[in-house]
Amino acid sequence: MVSLKNISIKLGEFALDHVSMEIPTSKYGVLMGSSGSGKTTILESICGLKKIRSGKIILNEIDVTNLRPGDRHLGYVPQEGVLFSTMTVKDQIAFGPIVRGWKKEDAFERAKELASSLEIEHLLSRKPLGLSGGESQRVALARALASRPNLICLDEPLSALDEDTRDKACSLIKRLHEKEGFTVLHITHSASEAEMMGELAFRISEGKVISA
Amino acid sequence: MHSKKVSSDIPFYAAMWAAGGMYFILIIALLYADASYTSLENINEALNNKSIRASIWLTMQTCWITAVLSIIVAVPTGYILTRFKFPLKRFFDSIIDIPIVLPPLVIGLSLLILFNQVILFDQSIEELCAAALNSLRSILPNSPIFDLPTGVTYKVPAIILAQFTVSCAFAIRTMRNTFESLDPRQENVALTLGCNRSKAFWKVVLPQASFGIMTAGILAWARALGEFGPILVFAGATRGKTEVLATTVFLEISIGNLEGAVAVSFLMVSAALIVLIMVRLLGSKNRIW
Repeated sequence: MVSLKNISIKLGEFALDHVSMEIPTSKYGVLMGSSGSGKTTILESICGLKKIRSGKIILNEIDVTNLRPGDRHLGYVPQEGVLFSTMTVKDQIAFGPIVRGWKKEDAFERAKELASSLEIEHLLSRKPLGLSGGESQRVALARALASRPNLICLDEPLSALDEDTRDKACSLIKRLHEKEGFTVLHITHSASEAEMMGELAFRISEGKVISA
Repeated sequence: MHSKKVSSDIPFYAAMWAAGGMYFILIIALLYADASYTSLENINEALNNKSIRASIWLTMQTCWITAVLSIIVAVPTGYILTRFKFPLKRFFDSIIDIPIVLPPLVIGLSLLILFNQVILFDQSIEELCAAALNSLRSILPNSPIFDLPTGVTYKVPAIILAQFTVSCAFAIRTMRNTFESLDPRQENVALTLGCNRSKAFWKVVLPQASFGIMTAGILAWARALGEFGPILVFAGATRGKTEVLATTVFLEISIGNLEGAVAVSFLMVSAALIVLIMVRLLGSKNRIW
């Protein structure tokens, strides 16, 4: 479960005040809003990458407001994937588990399992240069999921994909979500994407989050 | 309705090529002038000269030490300037560029005054350095430190400091460009995957900056090779003691041996050319230059 309780964020001239929302465990939540409305800021705050001025962020009954990103045990998929260019696909999927102290063989086994689920097994030995947008997103998703986080934060993961690739990615994410049972916060500006993916939908407008 | 016909692009291209081509020709003409004034015999003669050989050896040693020191300082400085916001950042950034714009002789003079006229704890920095080295000698009597000269000014450490002061500024600029070209979101992802800042830096940022680091090192090395003004003022130009290749050219000219000076210059041009080609090759791999 992820719960935002009255969080306020200020970044220069931009401000969000008393934002509250909740996504129950294993549910797929979608946050919609126009460009510049603060969707990514909320997501980065949940990840611990942006400081909040007040309020609380609760993940699985634990107050993570003041925890560092790595201690929140969540997965983050930024726009365009943002892969580590010097690592092979296999190494970057296994990166999180290895950093968290898993045995290397277990981490690589998990990388293979996720690669199989996301249909990127054939890419495991490749480096990110030359991967298509859809492939990069699937690698980024596998990397975020590898250490079995409680929550996955997806920042417009499908916005740069063509229609066919997007549909395929949607069904892969949904299938994986059903299989692994993680909670999702998916950010998008597309109403159709929100309808297709979300079990719970929220909309951000004029600094407030409302159920859509 | 008739609209005006688009005029030819030829004058535009001609002007561009003429401006760039003239400068290119000037540099090629300089290299040709050096090459035509010297011969393999002159170069051989220079290479067989004992003091020039010592100068080449000292130049290689000091340039490598300078390059390594520059990288050690440039990597964290470039990273701080790129990734963090702090008060007076622009001022700090401008200060780092001072060695690039200052006349070389002024840098040498400033180093000379800093080490010999600025008093800390009732001693000049020169005296403090000598005292520190003597203390190390008493602690480690059989270490290689025992063989180092005491003090800095007019000694080999002065050459390294003079080279480092200028070279490091170029290395920092290079590292700053390198880190700017890397997406900071990669570090954010690494942080969410369980890294702390340090681990994200070593495991994610540094491997991606490796070509930039090599480029910074090579540029620092090349810059150190060409340094003359600060070395002349701060380290002097004592034959066989504080003589590097740039000072050799000066010393050979001062005794009227123009052929020897040109032969040494030719060696320096060759070294610089190799280094610059290496930088370009690394740059094409790195895709940021």
